[in-house]
Amino acid sequence: MHEVDMTRALLLAMEGWRQSHKPQVPLVDTVHLQVGAFTCVEPDQLVFTWQAAIQNSWLEGAELAIEPVALLGRCLCCSATYTPEPERGYRSPCCEHPMEEIVQGRELRIRSVDYQLPQPDTATAFLPLSAPRP
Amino acid sequence: MHMPLEDSLGLNLLAANQHQAAHNREHFDAWKLLCLNVMSSPGAGKTSLLERSLPLLAQDFAMAVLEGDMTTQLDAQRLEAVGVPVVPITTGRACHLDAAMVCGGLRLLRDRLDPTGLDLLWVENVGNLVCPAEFEVGEHRKVALLSVTEGEDKPLKYPVMFREADCVLITKIDLLPYLPVEVERIEEHVLQVNPRCRVLRVSASSGAGLEAWHQWLRQQVALQRSSLAAPGPDPQRTADPALSALI
Repeated sequence: MHEVDMTRALLLAMEGWRQSHKPQVPLVDTVHLQVGAFTCVEPDQLVFTWQAAIQNSWLEGAELAIEPVALLGRCLCCSATYTPEPERGYRSPCCEHPMEEIVQGRELRIRSVDYQLPQPDTATAFLPLSAPRP
Repeated sequence: MHMPLEDSLGLNLLAANQHQAAHNREHFDAWKLLCLNVMSSPGAGKTSLLERSLPLLAQDFAMAVLEGDMTTQLDAQRLEAVGVPVVPITTGRACHLDAAMVCGGLRLLRDRLDPTGLDLLWVENVGNLVCPAEFEVGEHRKVALLSVTEGEDKPLKYPVMFREADCVLITKIDLLPYLPVEVERIEEHVLQVNPRCRVLRVSASSGAGLEAWHQWLRQQVALQRSSLAAPGPDPQRTADPALSALI
């Protein structure tokens, strides 16, 4: 159920992006989404609901490619970074310090979109114009 | 083409909800009230705690409640019975409140009363330890409840909720003598995930711990008032006129 709402949020964000290309409608091949491990999103379920949600829409056929981002905490005692293992708890393995700082793992971010704009006089091949931003 | 989305559109998946939440918060600030988002699993005791706390806090604060529930208005009726204005928000299929739903609730609230007269606005979220953690509604503070009957491991199993909370209330502590649960372990698990939150033990049934909980609330109201009184942009003037029309 959670992933349905996340998919709706994703479609909303994509719709806003589509509006910025008016009057053209981008032909989307792939949406690249970063999903952090310390979020409430299960990637497989998100892909499943995405595939159902885009049927008969302007995004039909578009792939949702999820880039998992591991949880990384920083120990504020010794500055070492670590990935907590939930079974062992969230304290740092080096100093047993609680997880105060999260370096990464909270991402729910559309990183980039592979798409083409339908222009009658140009080639339709996908052109890698820029690298995704960090 | 392989293109990053434009920054102006927001790269975060939840950007639309966060935008609406920020607008809600602008109104809370303009109304000079403190908004609390109360979250927990179903049955952890959110409504029971409010039933017990609201009459005691009513001596000091003017309050209202936005009551989220999936299908019924039973909780809203319980809280109306203690004499506090309640606006029910029935979410239907959705397992959490989002900022747009709360915005709708604010419109209904404003039809009933002048929100500038309120000190505290409670948002009782739908019972769920997962989704509400990700969907902010414009609140100033998040309060998460965890009942002792749920076991010691829940903060490790649902860490995002407890990470996000400003205050974690361990509820139903009157049942501790009957359970193989160590409340210290629950607290330790919460603080592993979120060492900066306040953890308090309470029982709505016996009244144990309520004074410390109410004291925390009074501190937050005072902090919020002092932050609004501090020099800076007047929230009344910076509130988005488009949203003023919306609410």
